[in-house]
Amino acid sequence: MPGAFLWFIVFLLIVTSTGLLVSREWRWSIALLAGQYAAAFWLVEQHWPLTMAAAKLVTGWMAAAVLGMTQINVKSYPAVETSWPQGRTFRLFSAGLVLLAVFTVSPQMTGWLPGLELPNAAGALVLISLGLLHLGMTANALRVTLGLLTLLLGFETLYATVENSVLVAGLLSAVTLGLALTGSYLVTLTTAEDGA
Amino acid sequence: MNAPLLWIGLPLVLSALFFLLPRERWITWLSTLTALTLAALAYWLPPGTAQRIGTLSLRIEPSFSLLGRQLTLDAGDQTLLLLVYGMAAFWFFGTLAAGGARQVAGLGLAVIALLMASLAVRPFLYAALFIEVAVLVAIPLLAPPTPKQRAGPMRGLLRFLISQTFAMPFILLAGFLLSGVEAGPADVAQVVQAGILLLIGFAFLLAVFPLNTWIPLLAEEASPYALGFLLTMLNTFGLILALNFIDRFSWLRNSSQLPTVLQLVGIVTCVTAGVWAAFQRHLGRIAAYALIAETGVSLLAISLPDRQTGLQILFYLFLPRALALGVWTMSINILQATTGDLRFSAVQGLVRQYPAATAGVVFANLTLAGTPLLASFPVRQALWEHLAAQSLPLAFWFGIASLGLWLMAFRSLAVLTLDSSQTEWNSRESWPERILIGLGLLALFVLGLFPQLAQPLLHGFPAMFDFLGK
Repeated sequence: MPGAFLWFIVFLLIVTSTGLLVSREWRWSIALLAGQYAAAFWLVEQHWPLTMAAAKLVTGWMAAAVLGMTQINVKSYPAVETSWPQGRTFRLFSAGLVLLAVFTVSPQMTGWLPGLELPNAAGALVLISLGLLHLGMTANALRVTLGLLTLLLGFETLYATVENSVLVAGLLSAVTLGLALTGSYLVTLTTAEDGA
Repeated sequence: MNAPLLWIGLPLVLSALFFLLPRERWITWLSTLTALTLAALAYWLPPGTAQRIGTLSLRIEPSFSLLGRQLTLDAGDQTLLLLVYGMAAFWFFGTLAAGGARQVAGLGLAVIALLMASLAVRPFLYAALFIEVAVLVAIPLLAPPTPKQRAGPMRGLLRFLISQTFAMPFILLAGFLLSGVEAGPADVAQVVQAGILLLIGFAFLLAVFPLNTWIPLLAEEASPYALGFLLTMLNTFGLILALNFIDRFSWLRNSSQLPTVLQLVGIVTCVTAGVWAAFQRHLGRIAAYALIAETGVSLLAISLPDRQTGLQILFYLFLPRALALGVWTMSINILQATTGDLRFSAVQGLVRQYPAATAGVVFANLTLAGTPLLASFPVRQALWEHLAAQSLPLAFWFGIASLGLWLMAFRSLAVLTLDSSQTEWNSRESWPERILIGLGLLALFVLGLFPQLAQPLLHGFPAMFDFLGK
């Protein structure tokens, strides 16, 4: 696969994960999550058979669908976090700083795991670091789930270069779906509490 | 018959069926019976060995193939199966008094089966994945759908989810890197990377200092009994997984730095938990800090230079810990059902209406503080002696941690007995509550007075490992 295409994928991952961080509209968040899985599919597909990579893509989309369906039935979505920091500019600025660190570290990362190429390392680190940033800035159940799914997707992209066991792929898919279901459950609970 | 299907597959299926039962009492009885049967089967028919029953010869196959990998439970796992399903039966039966059978017994059975799968999977490096699935199954256990059973916002629950999810990638990546240096550390840089990843992964998994802020938070939000059950199980399996790593890699097993790191992490976790427990004003948070301190104690046991003794202490601690936490959280649950709040201001003077629950809170707390005559004392005393032989400052700090928990027991006693209104003594506990707490307390005293009673159960533990303890 041409290197330029892989860098385009990394660019898409930057857009989707930064978008998830700053988005205040749940529909956009779910769409960005689905897009994120589609972009990560191309990175994973380099190391895994097409069928296994496709299974990961479908699992990710199912996770997005589960969260979306839950959110349809929930009236409120926290446009503003209860804790500092809240502003979009601040989030964009922090994402920029994190991305700077990612692109500084990723060349060293390639020597760390056998077969790991620079676009894969950069893409995985983008997801992991922005997922972590997301988790550090929120206490909302849906956003925590989105942050965890982003972080986990980054790790899966990295891990796919060294592990292609069907059992591991299956369990990681189970974890992705389980996280989405858990997130939906928690969203429903918090909404019921808010409404009570 | 197949061991993984029997001790992992069957409980998973039964858990789903029990969860659907209409009455909680049925779930309690059936899940207790299931756990007892599985423990008895582990005792009479250890996996992988042929047993003659009359003219019949029975052999439970130790391995099961799943998606190209093996799940294996062999004769070496007999003691673990016995202990875990025995402990599960105790916790499930306790739901008769503490309530929440659908969560603790129904989902608990699935959590135990998944944790057992984490120890059965070969290569064991994939264990972290099963633990993560168990954590996800445990979320409804801690946050039941009925608002009545929940107590407030879910910050602790979210932190629990995040913290346990963080552990998985670190352990998986460390496992991969370690597999490259299985025999010896050929590449020092890679060993250092793997070591750091492993340390971070287990720090999240075992909730050592400072990654344990979610435990006290969760103790305020979730049912104390459900939390006690879950953390006892996660802690037990987390420690055994850590021992598996140490056992598997010779350079890690023989590393001179490992005991130092474990000792430092263990004592800091133990002291911070013990000291902070002394300043709490919430019964649930006190129990949570005691549980954190127990993780520190376990790490200190693993760090002992005499590995045989360290492992014996570690495994012996599983039993009094499960008993004490079971009695403690059951008693707290009973008090919470009355007051709806576990802060000192709410539970003040409850001894006259809840004498058994008060005794449960105080004696279980004293047990985990290592008080003489109670179950943890003989083994904590042994640990203290070994630590003192190694370093006096270490023994001093261990004493400080125990003192914090000890003070807390007396503070709880003072609060629960402080009643200016001079209410008449009138126990409001039900008979199952009195009987279960009474039996638990009796067991704590019996194990304290006759510690050798647990020896036959625990002597088989080292057989789980290829090199450790031999």
